[in-house]
Order: sequence, then structure tokens, then C-alpha cells
Amino acid sequence: MMVFSTPPYLLQERSSVRRVMLQVLLALLPGIAAYVWLIGPGIVVQLVIATLTALAGEAFMLALRRKRLALFLSDGSAIVTAWLIALSFPPLAPWWLIVVGTLLAIVVAKHLYGGLGQNPFNPAMVAFAACIVSFPALMSQWPALGLKLDFLEQLQIIAGLAPRIDVMSGATPLDALKTALKLSDGSIDVPTLLATQEVFGNFAGRGWEWVASGYLLGGLWLWQRKLISWHAPFGFILGLSLLAAALWAWNPQQFANPVFHLFSGGALLGAFFIVTDPVSGCTTPRGKLIFGLLAGLLAYIIRVFGGFPDGVAFAVLLMNLCVPLIDMYSQPPIFGLKNEP
Amino acid sequence: MSRLGDFHSKTTGMLQRLFSFKGGVKPQTHKAPSVQDPIAQAPLPSRLYVPLHQSIGGESNPLVEVGDRVRKGQVIGGADAWLSAAAHASTSGTVLAVEEHVAAHPSGLPTLSVVIEPDGRDEWVERTPLDHRSLPPEQVREALRDAGVVGLGGAVFPSHAKLTAAAGVAVEELVINGAECEPYMSCDDVLMRERAEEIVCGIAIFRDLLAARRVLIGIEDNKPEAVAAMQQAVQNLDEDYQVVAVPTRYPAGGAKQLIRVLTGKEVPASKRSTELGVQCFNVGTVYSAYRALAFGEPVISRIVTLTGNLERPRNWEVRLGTPLRELVALGRPKADTDRYLMGGPMMGFALPSLEAPVVKASNCIIAASPTMFPPSPPEMPCIRCGACAEVCPHELQPFELYWFSRARNFGKTQEYHIFDCIECGCCSYVCPSHIPLVQYFRFAKSEIWSREREKKGADAAKARFELRNAREEREQAEKAARLAKGAAARAAEKQARAAAAAEPAAGEAASSATASSAAATDAAVSPASPPTKPADAPAPVVAPAAPAISEVPALDAEAIKKATIVAAMERARAQRAAAQPRNTDQLTFEQKRQLAAVDARRAALQAEEKAEAAEAAEAAEAAETVAASAPVDTPRRVEQPGRRSE
Repeated sequence: MMVFSTPPYLLQERSSVRRVMLQVLLALLPGIAAYVWLIGPGIVVQLVIATLTALAGEAFMLALRRKRLALFLSDGSAIVTAWLIALSFPPLAPWWLIVVGTLLAIVVAKHLYGGLGQNPFNPAMVAFAACIVSFPALMSQWPALGLKLDFLEQLQIIAGLAPRIDVMSGATPLDALKTALKLSDGSIDVPTLLATQEVFGNFAGRGWEWVASGYLLGGLWLWQRKLISWHAPFGFILGLSLLAAALWAWNPQQFANPVFHLFSGGALLGAFFIVTDPVSGCTTPRGKLIFGLLAGLLAYIIRVFGGFPDGVAFAVLLMNLCVPLIDMYSQPPIFGLKNEP
Repeated sequence: MSRLGDFHSKTTGMLQRLFSFKGGVKPQTHKAPSVQDPIAQAPLPSRLYVPLHQSIGGESNPLVEVGDRVRKGQVIGGADAWLSAAAHASTSGTVLAVEEHVAAHPSGLPTLSVVIEPDGRDEWVERTPLDHRSLPPEQVREALRDAGVVGLGGAVFPSHAKLTAAAGVAVEELVINGAECEPYMSCDDVLMRERAEEIVCGIAIFRDLLAARRVLIGIEDNKPEAVAAMQQAVQNLDEDYQVVAVPTRYPAGGAKQLIRVLTGKEVPASKRSTELGVQCFNVGTVYSAYRALAFGEPVISRIVTLTGNLERPRNWEVRLGTPLRELVALGRPKADTDRYLMGGPMMGFALPSLEAPVVKASNCIIAASPTMFPPSPPEMPCIRCGACAEVCPHELQPFELYWFSRARNFGKTQEYHIFDCIECGCCSYVCPSHIPLVQYFRFAKSEIWSREREKKGADAAKARFELRNAREEREQAEKAARLAKGAAARAAEKQARAAAAAEPAAGEAASSATASSAAATDAAVSPASPPTKPADAPAPVVAPAAPAISEVPALDAEAIKKATIVAAMERARAQRAAAQPRNTDQLTFEQKRQLAAVDARRAALQAEEKAEAAEAAEAAEAAETVAASAPVDTPRRVEQPGRRSE
């Protein structure tokens, strides 16, 4: 809308949106590696489906909006969204579920709100929330543990060529814990469950705990590269573990320990890759801390007391709504005016 | 560095505690190429184009005319206001023109300049050295103004206007800015290396005028030679100034950043630094002030870094007004040079034309090539990553300002402190979306300024409207008063006549008595009455025998009261008009020229009209005698309006 006649600036650091997004993708790789190794190579299929769908959806919307296709397609932001969707959906979800989720994220949550930089909600979390509300059964079918399927078999299940019912009897560790507690009606306690049930591993879900550790590693790398600040992840982890620790200290028979909660479900993926989303999150240091803290508290409340197996997506979306307010009230004081009222 | 440390402790006896400012960036400095050789004198150019407006504040008025012979250092533009600075001829020669010439400004708009053809003799005007210690401070400030001393760091703010301490606040620290944080630039560096003692001498002028308690000279630690030279000079001259090497980080050379680093004080946009007991001057400014007072040499040249895509980068001492084309030729630009920048690459701009002259703000000229400064990648949407906020030295939220500027929500930009932005360009430097943030901020600032101007205009119009209403009311009141007086006079006359008719016998004695008493009343009233009669109003008819009438006085008193008020208002207005300068009193050179042109046109037109009227009269006379002349007359009349509009 504004045209500047002289070159606006002459010196520039070698940084770009593409480089930022590329580094986020790189940071996801340790988690993905653990995923492939421990859960199964099906996730690679999902990542590919999500990526292709996201790029197609992005291209379609960019064409409709008459934007520069090559420039925006190559910024990598759609791929980041796609990967986050694939990583938060069940690994053997039917292909069309991933397609629907990704299109929802790119077309509705991103472009209908104005495209890159304009979306008030995290697109991947919109996709997850919409799908878990619309397809609750499919979204809670996780591969049963001990199920050893090769790549071809996983591909067939995702493509809908093999029957789903027999294999998809599993649940996430969070869901398993919640269901067992509900069914036992107080006759069994959490430590026993964690120690006896096969779905639980050393400190969280079997296998999943290492996937989460991979995300933690990638997140720390992003922090070290200064692509994310410590505020939002720290706030999120603090919020989640504070509440978990308080309830666990009060009644360890009924509530799992904070480490279990931290390494289960989408907690660490959320802490380092979702609440750190600059577009839909807070921007001021204090704001980021508050945003993360409240998202962590909400995530715990929803996953433990709510009806869904995990609460990260809803917590983040609810907090996205509060961003303008938090930002407005957390503006840092400026140079020279720090002592002014 | 250890040697420097030794110097430090020797000269100051203690180590200066340093503070830090938030944000900032560390671009490559590229300073080495231009400091290989010492400062060289640029040759006399074939023509000099000295702009009259080279500083912040009022434009100086031309004091020379075409054909005048000027000498080096002669004032050719006088400061027209307190916040203004004089302009001087930078060599001796002849004034070829006083005209608009393209300026070294991003807009490329022309500015009134004095064109001088040098005579090659370079003859000085008579110079009168002054000792600032023996003069009252006011006179020293005036001398600085008349010598054209302005901030040579690039801001060109008249220095004399910065040399008054704030009321009730003693100046604790005087900061001398030799940080020079812009990449490529080295004019201050070489000046400190080569003329350190003169700078140190000049500091005394500023220190004494401000009665500053401490003097801190801040130099970025990537200039160890300058630091050493300044420390040596301070030692040689036995001064107690502290020379401090500050960490190299752009924009450490920003006045507010350097003040922060050296004193820990933060000066917001809403305050002057003297209000916090600190003031800051650039080393180049200090040097020029010293030359101005100690040698009587006004600011007619400056050190310019000529660097970039050149065979021979170095620093030149250049006469102000030297066309840039002649200056850059000295550096032998390489073949792929595609544009020239003035100022550093962070805050500078691309020069619109090389015809523009070197001015007091020209600290650095960079020859640029596409490989040196590749074209900026396309602008992407802001992703609110906050990288800009991390590097903002004023701790603003540039991306918020960007969103508000884009949305033309200027109220919000002010709420988010847009006027605290110093346009250092750190935000643009790091933005991953390549958004020209500073440009957006300049846009927002200029919009806010123009709106304020509009508002002022509207307020003035409102005042004019109210004044007109008041005048109309007053005129009506005057009319009413006149009518009332007239009516009263007529009624009195009638009654007097009736009385005279009723008592013709006692008439003569009585009427003479009445007349004398009337005269007495008149005399008693007269001191008060003249103001009640506006000068332009016709004198009211005074009754020969007015007093002793029962109904009239009430009406008359009221009218007089009204008229008195009106007259008082009129007097106040006249006083105001006398006190305030009329808008035709202080005209710029350009306005005067335009006025003269208009007057000349009008005079010509009037003369023509007169001639035509005479012609028409003659024609009419002729028409009286020759009946058939009317049709001939018509076309001439039709012609007239056409001529008038020319």
C-alpha cells in the first residue's frame, strides 16, 4: 500500500522467514526420528500427505488472493503447520482425516483470516480441535502397543485398504490412565497402574516418552539459536507441572506425577513448537510468560478433568483469544520512561 | 589494549564505570579502507553551490546579490531566528547566482543556494579570534551561531541552542561523542587521530558555557588509535577529561545511547538532555567551534569520508558547497558503481543527484554497487517474531508501531511512543520479513505532523471566524448607538424648540444659560467621549441644547456604555496588531521575490488598463462625433479580460 522511492535500508542481516521456518522444521527432526524408530514409519506417510495437502491448499488460496505464488509457497510456513498437524494426529489416522485437518488449517484458519502473519489462532491446533470434535473415534484410535506393523501394512491402514478395527485398539498413555482410573472407581491407584500396565514406560508412555524427549531436544536447540525466547516454553512447562505437582502432592494415588504429564501427549511439542508460534502468541516477554503459564494450567485442567484425552490444543486456542489483551497490558517500559508511572 | 588500559588509569586515576543500552546490532564496520591515509584537502571546485539552509531551524536569508565579490568566510546567509545558523562563502570569488539548486536530501528538492565562482585566490575575510572566557556567555553563543556551528555528527542542530543549562539543573556531565558507530564512516576517527589537541581545546568552550562538572569523551573500542590520540592530547593539555573506550555496538554513537553508556542516564524523547544534567556534542562540532572562536574561522568545510566501491577511499577536508560529482571523482569510483549514499548504510539515504553539494550534514559518501548492497528481497508480511523489539535500543515494539502505521492508526502509534524512535534502522536490519520498518515510522510521523499543522490551521480559521463575528456585532452596536444618539438629538431639538416657542419672553436669557451649561457638560464628557466615537463613524449630531431631558438619558447612557465597550475592544485589537508582526513583515527571500514579481505584474497591468481606458475614452469621444464607431469598440472590450488573465 505504501511505495518507498529510495531503498529503505542498505544493510541487512542474512535472515528471512524461510530460514526461520526451515530451522523450526530442523528442530522437529529429533522428535520425528524417535517417532519413526519407536512408533512406526507410518508417520512419514502422514508427514508427506500433510505437506502435499498444505502446499496445494496454500497455492490454491494464494492464487485466489492473487499473491506471489513462488514467494509465499517457499516461505515454509505451510510446511511447519503441516508437520505439526501430522505429529499431533494419530499416526495411523486415515489419509483423508489428515487432508481434511490440513485443509482446515491452511484454508480456514490461515488464509481466511488473511494469510501469513494474520491468523489469530494457531492453524495446527484449529485442525486438531476441529477434528477431535468432529471425528472423536478416529482421533482417539492409536496403534495398540506391541503391534509390530511394517511400513507396507501401515501404509495400507492409512490408505484405508486394510481393516482398522482389529489393530486400532490402543489409546494414548494419557487416555489409558484416565480410563483405567475411571473404570476402577478408586480401587486402583496411579503408581500401580504406571508400574503394571504395558502402555507406560520408564517415566511416561512407552515409546512416546522418547518422542517427547526428541521435541525437548529440538526446542532447546531453537532456544539456543535464539529463534524462540525462553518465556513461553518455560511458562507452559511451569504451569503444567505446578498444577500437576500440587495435585500429585495432595493425592499421589489419584494424580500422576508432573514428569509423566510433561512427557505425555502434546505437552512438549506444545511447549516448544505451539505456544512459541509468534503469529498467534503473545509478543512481549512478560506476555509470553503469562500466555505460556495459563496455557499450561489450562492444558492440565482439560486433559485431567475434561472429556478429551489431551488438552493442549484447546488450551492454546483459548489463550490465543486472550493474546491482544495480554499484549496490551504487558507492554514493557521504554528507554527513558522506566520510572514514569 | 593493555597499553590503553595504562593510559586510562594514568589520565583519569580511576576506571569509568560503563552502563549498557539494550538492543543494538553488530554489522560489519568496513572502516579500515578509509583510514589508511591521512585527511587530504579537496581541491577547489570550479563552482560552489552553498545552500543557505544547512541546519535544523530557520533558513538563513541571503545577504549577497548576483555579481557581488565575496571572500572566504564571508557571511552570505544570516541566521534569521534563534534556532538557525549562518552560512558562509567557502572561498573567495564572485556570486554567479542566488537560485534554487538540488539539495543533498532524499527528496531531491531544490533549495536556495548561493553559486560562487572561485577566483582561485582563496582570500579570507577579516578574521577576529575571540576568547570565550572573556566574553559573556550570550555573546559566545551568538558568535557560534554566526559562525554557523551546528552538529556535524549528521543532525546539524545549531550548537548554540544546546548550550544553555536547564533551569535549576546543573550540568553534571558533558559527553563528547567520538563513538562513530555507523559502518564505513571514519571522519571522526581521523579527526581525533590528527587533530586531537584542537578538539580538547574546543571542549573547554562547551564545558565553560554549560558549567559542566565532568567531561566524558566516548569512543568505540574499534578505534584504539583515536582513543590513544585523545588520551595523549588530554594529558598534554593537562585537562581532567576522561577518555572512555565504549563497546562497539551500533548505535552506540547515538547521543542518547552514548549518554546512557557513559552516565547511566536515559533521555526520553519528551525531555531535553540538559533536564537530566547532561549534554552531548560530536567531536567534529567541538573542533569547528574551536576553529570558529580561536581563529575566527566560520564553518566552511568539513571532513567527509569518501569510501565504498572506490579505487581510493579516504577522508577529505571538503569546502561546503563542493558539487558531489567533483568530490567522488577524487576517489575514482569503480565501474559497477550504481549509486551514492550520504550518511552511513544504516541511517543514510541514496543521493538523488551528484549535482547536489557537500553540506554540513555530509559526514560520509559511500559509492555503492549491487554486490555491496544487494537489492532488498521482497517485503513479506510481519510474523510478529519480535526480532525488531529485541534490537530496538529504545526498547520500543517496532512491529506494533508497524501494524498501527500501516492501519493509519496514528493515535495508537503515539501511545506506543513512535516519537521515541530515533530511526537507527536496527529493526529493519534484523527483520526476517524484510519490512522497511523505519520508512513506515517516518510515514506515520510525517502524517502526524501534517495533521497537527492542519489542526493549527483550523484553529486559526476558527479564531478568524470568531473575530469576524465580533466585528459584525461591534459594527451593529455602533450603528445602534449612532441611531440612538441621532434620535435623542432630534427629540431634544424638538423639545427645545417647543420650549422656546412657549416662552419667547424669557427665551434669550434662558437659552444662553442652557447653552453655556450644555457647553460645560460637553466639556466634562469630552475626555471620555472621543474613544466612544470610532474614528470612521460620522460625528453624531450634537444637540445645541441637550441636557434636562427626562427619557433620553437612559437610552443614551446604555448606548454610550455599549459604544465604550466596543471602542475598548477596538483599542485592544489595534494594540495586538501593533504588537504582533504582520505576516508580511518577516518574509523569506523566495517570498519577497514572488511578491516583487506580483507587484511588477500588477503595475504593468494597471498601466495597460490606464492606457486602454484612455484609449477607450478617446474612442468614446470619437464615437460621439462619428456615430458608426460602436461596433469597432466592442472587440477591444472583449479582448481585455483575456489579457488580464495572462
